[in-house]
Amino acid sequence: MLSAFLRRVGQTLIVLFGISVLVFLVFFATPGADPTARIAGRNASPQTMEKVRHEYGFDRPLPFQYATMMKKLFITRDLTSYANRGEQVVPEIIQAAPVTLSLVCGSAVIWLIVSVAMGTLAAAMKGSWVDRTLIMLGLVGISMPVFWLGQVANLISLSRYHDTWLFSWVPGPGYVPLTQNPLAWFKALVIPWCVLAVMFIGIYSRILRADLVALAQEDFMRTARAKGLSPARILVFHGLRTSAITYVSLFGLDFAQLLGGGALLTEVVFGLPGVGRLTYQALTNLDLPLIMATVMYSATFVVLANAVVDILYILLDPRVRDGR
Amino acid sequence: MTTDLQTPASPAPSVSLWRQAARTLLADKGSMTALAVLCIIVLACLLAPLYAHYVAHTDAFASNVAGSIVLNGHEVDIMQPNDNPLHLGLSPIGPTGHTAYLLGADSQGRDIAARLLYGGRNSLMISACAAVLCLFLSTLVGVTAGYFGGITDSILSRLMDIMWAVPVYLFAISLSIITVRHGLQIGPFTIEADNLLIPIIIIALVYVPYAARPVRGRVMVLRQAEFVTAARCLGVPQWRVLLFDILPNVLITLVVLGPLLMALSLLAESALSFLSLGVQAPAASWGTMIQDGEGLIYSRPVVAIAPGLAIVFVVLALNILGDGLRDALDIRNATRRSR
Amino acid sequence: MAVNFPHSTSQPLLEVKDLCVSIPSYGRSVALIEHISFTLREREILGLVGESGSGKSVTATAIMGLLDTPGLKITGSVRFRGQELVGLSARKMRAIRGRDIAMIFQDPMTAFTPVYTVGWQIDEQIMAHERLSRKQARERTVQLLAEMGVPDPTRTANRYPHQLSGGLRQRAVIAMALSCNPTLLIADEPTTALDVTVQAQILELISTLRDTHGSSVLLITHDMGVVAETCDSVMVLYSGRIAETGLAEALFAHPRHPYTTALLNSIPPFYGERPHRLPAIAGTPPAPHERPAGCAFSPRCHDAQTICSTIPPLSPAGNGQQAACFFSTSGQQEH
Repeated sequence: MLSAFLRRVGQTLIVLFGISVLVFLVFFATPGADPTARIAGRNASPQTMEKVRHEYGFDRPLPFQYATMMKKLFITRDLTSYANRGEQVVPEIIQAAPVTLSLVCGSAVIWLIVSVAMGTLAAAMKGSWVDRTLIMLGLVGISMPVFWLGQVANLISLSRYHDTWLFSWVPGPGYVPLTQNPLAWFKALVIPWCVLAVMFIGIYSRILRADLVALAQEDFMRTARAKGLSPARILVFHGLRTSAITYVSLFGLDFAQLLGGGALLTEVVFGLPGVGRLTYQALTNLDLPLIMATVMYSATFVVLANAVVDILYILLDPRVRDGR
Repeated sequence: MTTDLQTPASPAPSVSLWRQAARTLLADKGSMTALAVLCIIVLACLLAPLYAHYVAHTDAFASNVAGSIVLNGHEVDIMQPNDNPLHLGLSPIGPTGHTAYLLGADSQGRDIAARLLYGGRNSLMISACAAVLCLFLSTLVGVTAGYFGGITDSILSRLMDIMWAVPVYLFAISLSIITVRHGLQIGPFTIEADNLLIPIIIIALVYVPYAARPVRGRVMVLRQAEFVTAARCLGVPQWRVLLFDILPNVLITLVVLGPLLMALSLLAESALSFLSLGVQAPAASWGTMIQDGEGLIYSRPVVAIAPGLAIVFVVLALNILGDGLRDALDIRNATRRSR
Repeated sequence: MAVNFPHSTSQPLLEVKDLCVSIPSYGRSVALIEHISFTLREREILGLVGESGSGKSVTATAIMGLLDTPGLKITGSVRFRGQELVGLSARKMRAIRGRDIAMIFQDPMTAFTPVYTVGWQIDEQIMAHERLSRKQARERTVQLLAEMGVPDPTRTANRYPHQLSGGLRQRAVIAMALSCNPTLLIADEPTTALDVTVQAQILELISTLRDTHGSSVLLITHDMGVVAETCDSVMVLYSGRIAETGLAEALFAHPRHPYTTALLNSIPPFYGERPHRLPAIAGTPPAPHERPAGCAFSPRCHDAQTICSTIPPLSPAGNGQQAACFFSTSGQQEH
């Protein structure tokens, strides 16, 4: 058990290191242009260029540059944005994090509940028109660009049908902290939650349905039926419980990706000042240090979430618990 | 179960497997509808240069803010005063119901319907090329890792894990922002920043881990398969085993992945273009058109809704087709049936 | 005809009459089993023998009401203690399944849901049919496991399926099947997936069930040896049809159907000189959709004649046996 745990920690560290190297290479060693110019931003003065070159060690060999970069990101945390009035990057990200957290958590709750309901219902009624309709809905869900869906949602709730009883409560784009006014926080986020959840509902209901349908062929499901259990009990206790293993592992990864900035497009469309929108603003200014920092942090999130998922796996699957 | 119809195990997917899959697919109404919709949209977009100009009577790329058109005998400005009480600012003309400006104009006074066709050309071309390139790279990675196993596999798989840990869109955005101003320089080759190859390469690259994993899995299963062992025991050279025993079987996985990858690529392309990181002006894609329409969403929603719907239709059709192909060629089903 | 079974009263427990199962395939209906009729008395052990694909499992799952492939058609009658099971509502069938009729499946490796303990799964069946608390259910579970010869039953009940050996798992499966004292136990190749030594123990266990639990057993197997050891009577299936039925002893002594003869010839004899090569039956049984007209065994039968192109009826062949062969009474099998 302990050795397995240590091995897992070791693996995590290797992957983290790999990611940092990958991100570093993407930003500093992609053939094309001088990284100094990229960091310094548009129309930088020669003095700024010189300062950047020295600060990041672009006149030194690559490993040194890498070390400098990592120090700036994780130890001194003084990565500075040149394009954006010299603001420090890390505090900005920390400030934006609660917004993203609010958005992603709410959305995850919705997609969890709806996708489990849809996937289970479709599997239970396999082959019926209910099943076909749910499959189609799921497909439509994964076929819509989220930023476009956001625009359409805005159009409906803020303009076309804003005066009807259904949408009159919808506030304009923006964010209200939970600590300030919970109700306003909720109102501001309901529509973004749903829009962000749509694609994941599609993905997860499809995965769950496929998994449950495949499980129905398993011997143990036949045993459960031979025991005289009710179909609902078989589906939930034997089917869903077994499927939960796959579901949770995927869920953890997607959740982490969203927290790490994957919700960028949703945040942009709804004007939510989260990590994603920070990245977006950095994009429009070609503010490289900020983008690099967000990518690095999000990748870190994903790797850590991976480790958490593995632990959940151990709790969910007795076979893994015994090291197989 | 006893309904098994015994089929002899064949070394490579025989012609009959493909034929049977084709028959299943042809009988699937959903897939056939999707295919028809897809063909119509693709043809309409690809052939745009041949007919769009004669129908729309405008240039889809030139700004036409000061222009006017004749509708029902009246000359109408393309940019019209707003409907708000003060008549402040100008809005582009809405859908006209005529072939010229069928769907109205965008903020630059350009014909949306015509741009939809040209933009579709770019969107479809980029996503199709990206999907093909991605499949090629994934096959390379997946077959190498799966067939040789051991250290090679460990290194490649770890590398894929690392790439997969970065959120796909963030990864694509990072690569795009690096190349968006200066293009890409690999040795003697330079790719300009506005070249469509750049989004193609980027999108193909970020989805390699997604597609390489199933390919690797398939190859690992095949490597253990009896006919491959037999071939190796008979002293058949490795390249022949790879080429004649492994690849034809991997092809099934690739065919199933193809439409799904193209769907993902189309969504990725539109997202990048929406963020001004994909297709660069003056060229258009459905993504850039949605961005153009963002400012007009409340006054002229059609500007953003039309390209969005186009994306939804194409991606939906691709997904349905992908599902149909998967069911028709279902590898799991096939093995279960032969047991 | 009145036959005295050594361990049974003459009260029929299960009466199957003209059971047919067919499935549509490419526009026509393909019969998986045809006109299966038999009677199982209380405390009787009936062996259902045949090659894979002969319809043994289909017969068993049809009786259990577990066949739910879309388009499948089941006709005929299955009477369990006088109650008709074919066409019974799903709810009523559920109450019978697991309580009155229980089933043991072939592969104990995959018979349990991997994410629950063995005990939990046995408790689940008990609580589905009887109003017992979890504690009471567990008490019975542990007792059952002990009866099945599971060492340290309290601890074993708290273990996950993958932590148990194949033999222990099959004992747990049997314990689960017996948890509600079923009057009929259907065992579908219960020993095929096990080691030879464990096989013998499990068979021994099954053959004592009628004394310890008063259960009748429908034992499905492809192994004539297993039948000889455990069964009172035998039914031989070939390609979805009954080839021969009768009491085990009589049938083994005087097989009346050439297929039975061939099956018996393929077992090495216990006594005397072993043949250099065991005779095998040439050819393979036909798949349901390519069954020949007439006797399905005729293409593989040495003695096939023109009359064999019509389906032979199941007719008495003396000694309480019945065989579906035109030559069953002429005694020509005894070469």
